[in-house]
Amino acid sequence: MILTFFWIFGVIAMGSALLCITRKNPVASALWLVVTLFALAAMFVLLDAQFIAVLQVLVYAGAIMVLFLFVIMLLNLGRPGPSDIKGPVGVLIAVVLAGAMLLQLRVLGDATLAEAVRLPPGTVAALQQQQGMVGAVATPLFEAYLVPFEIASVLLLAAIVGAVVLAKRKL
Amino acid sequence: MLLGPALAISAVLFTLGVAGVLFRRNAIVIFMCVELMLNAVNLTFVALAQGLGVAGQVFVFFVMAVAAAEAAVGLAIILAVYRHKQSVSLQNMNLLKDG
Repeated sequence: MILTFFWIFGVIAMGSALLCITRKNPVASALWLVVTLFALAAMFVLLDAQFIAVLQVLVYAGAIMVLFLFVIMLLNLGRPGPSDIKGPVGVLIAVVLAGAMLLQLRVLGDATLAEAVRLPPGTVAALQQQQGMVGAVATPLFEAYLVPFEIASVLLLAAIVGAVVLAKRKL
Repeated sequence: MLLGPALAISAVLFTLGVAGVLFRRNAIVIFMCVELMLNAVNLTFVALAQGLGVAGQVFVFFVMAVAAAEAAVGLAIILAVYRHKQSVSLQNMNLLKDG
């Protein structure tokens, strides 16, 4: 049952990703990417990561995609014009290279975890029962990963300053 | 149980992102393809977190933080380039090209 739903959302994600990279209009591309991100959020729920799914919808489908659509509309790129997709030779090279990459990544489909490193089934679910959905992720984030967390905050500050400096005409 | 399908789907999504970067010219669409690749990686993190502990889910946070920073700075760069060239096509960004 869960596997069926997982494949349904997976097919939605893959199909809308394919439409995202082939649509001529950037606005259509962005909206298909939003569909992909929502399907991924549903898959995160099926993988016992409900909090990550909420963040996916809020941060990715909400904030980041709004930023993309805002820039597309600010630059008025939605109007019909010549396609930005490369000619037949470019598409052929891209498809061959991507196909070679998919062949190499195909083995991931039959991957299994070794007994020695795998947690007993239901360990993560039990932890989430005990500490709550948010607590199970927040405890390691603020204990074992506290320094990377602070570095991420510095990175975001640098990104804010950099974006303002780059986008402003005159400081 | 869902590990195999999840990794297979994420491999396909990553490949679609790579293909998009290779055959589009619009800088904003290429950016969206990069976001697609980052999301494919997030899917592998979450899928492996089910069997290896919640540290994988913590890493998704950092990927999201880096993606947000990258989107903000990248779109600012695209805006600055558009102001110079009146275009976001990568064909017109050849300032460093010889001749």
